[in-house]
Amino acid sequence: MSSTAATKAGNPEADFSVSGLGNPQEELGKLLSGQYPDARGRYGPFGGRFVPETLMGAITRLEEVAKAAFVDPAFAAELRDQQRVWIGRPTPMMRAEGLSKEWGVDLWLKREELAHTGAHKINNALGQALLAKRLGVKRIIAETGAGQHGVATAAACARVGFPCRVYMGAQDVERQAPNVQRMKRLGAEVVPVTSGDQTLRAAIDEALRHWVSDPMGTHYLLGSAVGPHPFPWLVRTFQSVIGTEARAQMLQQAGRLPDAVFAAVGGGSNAIGFFHGFLGDSQVQILGVEAGGTSDEPGMHSATMAHGRPGVLHGCYSMLLQDEAGQVADTHSISAGLDYPGVGPEHAFLHAIGRVKYVRATDAQTLEAVNACCRHEGILPALEPSHALAAVRNWAKANPGKTALVNLCGRGDKDMPILMKHAPMA
Amino acid sequence: MSNASVTGLPNAGSASPGASIAQAIRAARTRGHAVVPFITAGYPTLAALPGLVRSLAPHAAAIEIGVPFSDPMADGVTIQQASRTAIANGASLGWLFEQLTALQCEAASGGPALPPIILMGYLNTFITGGLASLAERAAAAGVAGLIIPDLPLEESAGLRAALHRTGVGLVQLVSPVTPPERAAKIAAASDGFLYAVMVAGVTGAGASEAVQVEPGAYLRSLKAVSPVPVCAGFGVRTRADVVRLSGDADGVIVGSALVQAIGEGVDAGVFVRGLLHDR
Repeated sequence: MSSTAATKAGNPEADFSVSGLGNPQEELGKLLSGQYPDARGRYGPFGGRFVPETLMGAITRLEEVAKAAFVDPAFAAELRDQQRVWIGRPTPMMRAEGLSKEWGVDLWLKREELAHTGAHKINNALGQALLAKRLGVKRIIAETGAGQHGVATAAACARVGFPCRVYMGAQDVERQAPNVQRMKRLGAEVVPVTSGDQTLRAAIDEALRHWVSDPMGTHYLLGSAVGPHPFPWLVRTFQSVIGTEARAQMLQQAGRLPDAVFAAVGGGSNAIGFFHGFLGDSQVQILGVEAGGTSDEPGMHSATMAHGRPGVLHGCYSMLLQDEAGQVADTHSISAGLDYPGVGPEHAFLHAIGRVKYVRATDAQTLEAVNACCRHEGILPALEPSHALAAVRNWAKANPGKTALVNLCGRGDKDMPILMKHAPMA
Repeated sequence: MSNASVTGLPNAGSASPGASIAQAIRAARTRGHAVVPFITAGYPTLAALPGLVRSLAPHAAAIEIGVPFSDPMADGVTIQQASRTAIANGASLGWLFEQLTALQCEAASGGPALPPIILMGYLNTFITGGLASLAERAAAAGVAGLIIPDLPLEESAGLRAALHRTGVGLVQLVSPVTPPERAAKIAAASDGFLYAVMVAGVTGAGASEAVQVEPGAYLRSLKAVSPVPVCAGFGVRTRADVVRLSGDADGVIVGSALVQAIGEGVDAGVFVRGLLHDR
């Protein structure tokens, strides 16, 4: 029978408690040295594997295959080659001359929206599709919210050679019609999910339910840094190319590290990969930006760190928006990609030890940032990274002249219907 | 420490956590088939719960009561919808404990006896108030055991230890894709009975095309290693299913089919009696 540190210490509560976290510097050291995620898939208290028994074999095998692949030079070579010729990596970094002037800071943008299919999601989709070949599965399923992860997965499956099915909330199918067409054109089957809240959260619920019917023949290509271990670690590993490139590009192009780095956080996949480049640089402040929605009232935002408390959703123990009885709360964001009540367990850990500060940007501030970026940089950013831009603007007031770096994780073409509805141009 | 010892409710003095469940299943088996019906607490209405429990009690080896959760990842459409309705009706774990306490008091003061009550629900609703509080409230409400489908063996030690402090059992699940050695470990850790999930799928699902299961061989392999009774659940809908599976299982769990029948206005007790006996 398995036993845990918790029960050895005589305190069963420790399995679901944040009180056991040690000194922040030591805890960060454990993360950077690879001691976290530990053998139980935990980052301190956060993480774990809370899935039905039917999936335990599949996620255990996934972890083993991933670990073997990550030390295999042939896998690294294949991934690097495909990143270069198919995704278009490295993505560039540039100084945002107009916004720097406008906001009184020295602002740099990591141009992740120039990655193939228009967002960072492709990094993970390609990586996991290559892993799926080693798993020997026959098909791939995925969930999607705004459709970016669905499009990336459909594209990766077409490239690597897998049949692909994407679960998407019925409400999102309607909101994101162009992405639905893109997925279908790339050969994917799109399944509208009518259960639950009919958004990203319900799509993940449904993908998990279908994975259970064929755990060994199907790979679930989860797109965010959430879910049971090893997913948060896998997704971060494939997304950390963003932070690695960005840090080197800053040193090369700006001649220095930034004072602060910013990324939007829903589940947290772009942010965790980006932040990993800078976690060890103690002089770099790291800010995660959550969706502040329209107000702080329950159901009007997706600000998990600000308003949540620890809980279990979609297979991991992390911060969670929930009511007193433990029912998962409804959320709102103008950005479908941030409209999620949970957050990756590694983010919950970085929040708990204070290494990353989590702030909010509202829907209105975000729309202003979209327009500013369009006018001053000639770039239409997605609504997700526009939250990060809005946070830079807020931060700039107290930090004039300082250097900020934003992960511009996606392009905004997909958001045109929303922009036309909420902020139409005469 | 435990309220159970004060109130004299069923867990008090139990030989081991879940022992009352194992005993009840074995006793029912000697009389015929052991059926464990599942209902969703708060469905179709909050007021329906006591009546459903009373009507099931004479026919059930044990009663499994579902604690509704907003994101039930192991459940099919029937129980998803029942859970959604129940939450909208205001069902919660705290409310359920109150209802069960009242039912136990009724039984203790000369009312008809209740079979062991087992709660099935998702981890988040159980851990949200702390594990010690959960264990004490469950024991005080006379709950014999918990079934938590999103709590695999590797994550279960802390919760099990907390429950054992007040004599409440933790029932573990095995699935058709669980390797034999692992199934033996799970069986050894399971209190009351071993929950044999019969399909690779969610509750109420039909057979999976990808994972073929030969029920007899699967159940016999579990019986060979399990120190506790083995009960078959998921996809068990009819009397024919009950008869077929009872050849190799100690008991059967009927959930989605019963919840669906309750939704259609069928009397729960009559439904379960129909599973036990030829009409």
